[in-house]
Amino acid sequence: MSYELTDDVIEVQRGPEPGGLGGAYRTFGATLRGLRTTFARLAEKPVTIQYPEEKTPVYPRFRGRHKLHRFEDTGLEKCVGCSLCVAACPAQCIRVVADENTPEHQVSAGERYAAVYEINMSRCIFCGYCEVACPFDAITMGNDYELADYERSDLIFTKEMLLAEPIERTPLRMEGE
Amino acid sequence: MTVEPVLVQIAKAIVIFLLILNIVPQILLLERKLLGRFQARYGPNRVGLRGLGQPLADVLKLLSKERFTPDTAVPWMMAIAPVISIVTAVATLAIIPFGPQGAWGGDLGLYGIDVPIGVLYFFAFGSLSFYALMLGGWASGSKYSFLGAMRSAAQLISYEIAIGLSLLGVVLMAGSLSFVDIVEAQGSGGKGIWFFIPQIVGFLVFMVAGFAETARAPFDLPEADAEIVAGYNTEYGGMRFGSFFMAEYIEVIVISGVAVACFFGGWHGPGPEWLAPIWVLAKMFVFVILFIWVRATLPRLRYDQLMSFGWKVLIPIATLNVLITAIVLVV
Repeated sequence: MSYELTDDVIEVQRGPEPGGLGGAYRTFGATLRGLRTTFARLAEKPVTIQYPEEKTPVYPRFRGRHKLHRFEDTGLEKCVGCSLCVAACPAQCIRVVADENTPEHQVSAGERYAAVYEINMSRCIFCGYCEVACPFDAITMGNDYELADYERSDLIFTKEMLLAEPIERTPLRMEGE
Repeated sequence: MTVEPVLVQIAKAIVIFLLILNIVPQILLLERKLLGRFQARYGPNRVGLRGLGQPLADVLKLLSKERFTPDTAVPWMMAIAPVISIVTAVATLAIIPFGPQGAWGGDLGLYGIDVPIGVLYFFAFGSLSFYALMLGGWASGSKYSFLGAMRSAAQLISYEIAIGLSLLGVVLMAGSLSFVDIVEAQGSGGKGIWFFIPQIVGFLVFMVAGFAETARAPFDLPEADAEIVAGYNTEYGGMRFGSFFMAEYIEVIVISGVAVACFFGGWHGPGPEWLAPIWVLAKMFVFVILFIWVRATLPRLRYDQLMSFGWKVLIPIATLNVLITAIVLVV
């Protein structure tokens, strides 16, 4: 059965047979081309990012360490302790204990507030479901990825740690970078 | 050839040995730096200023490592293998000519010894160094070491022939086996031409076979780390491994030195005569960089490719080269 040479049929172009004098000649040429390729690298700047000093910039949507937010005008916490993030979390790393706001002790804008808000960073898989589940945008994912620590207990982030302005150690990727 | 006083010879031996012993770690750093740049990365740059402390750190690390002997090994054989390896490598250095007699005044010849059988001496010690690899691999009592040793034996025996034949053309042209005479034959007093021009085929064969003799990429099958861990030195650690490692680099220097002496006019170059060692070292430096450049570029050969290349390509070419040189010289 023969095929017409249409767009569907591709003619396979095979390389020359190895071996023999021609093969030796081609190998010699290939060797020289290889040497030229590596030599050209000498003139270039290395592509290495020297990590602890230089950090890889991340995209704005990069999911790193979480942040809890306050209202900027009143200073009240946005979190109302509804525990929807707890329900959404596939790794079950969030623990919320809610309490009633009182006029003397007004912590959040709603009726209730989170008395305890803990995220276990050693369990978190940084999926961002908590951010999606939150009805008040109280929790968002930040950009920090340098979360290593010596103790497991140090990786349980409390509400104060999550509310505090994180030390932004991670450079953000510029437009078109 | 004049025989020098024993004290002068001892002094020369110590100077050459110390010089090379100090150059080897620098070459190691140069190699790692250059390999990095050839691969678009930095190479070592953490220890000291721009990584200059790296050789010192490497040597200290090797010195402080545990000396390990497997149960299946033959301890005393395992211990003498690195010694043989380094002794043969350093002994070959003695015949590399760095300058003519009297270049630095007096009767002082700027070479370890000028043996009338220089080329044979080079081959003899080159062959002995395989014995170290064989012994080291065999005495380790490990299958990877054994495989590495077998590979070195086969590879080095095959390429020894090619390297010998490639130098025969030069020997025929110079009419002497002594390296000093060979270099002098390339100066204005002799033929006045560096032998790599009339002996370009011999030079190419010598370089390729030289890469195989030093067991460096792309002929690093004896220590092919992807297949047989580290070959003959798998079971070695600490300074015993360091000795093998250093011997390999000294062999690189030796091959560079022989290439310079036999094909690139040795100490000949512009400027006053006392510059001779500088010229030799500069030319050797270029060859060392070539070794590193090739290592950064070419992948390792397959074992059957290595054998067929040595026996079917290099040896016939080298033989033809010798025949043609001999015919041209006689006619």
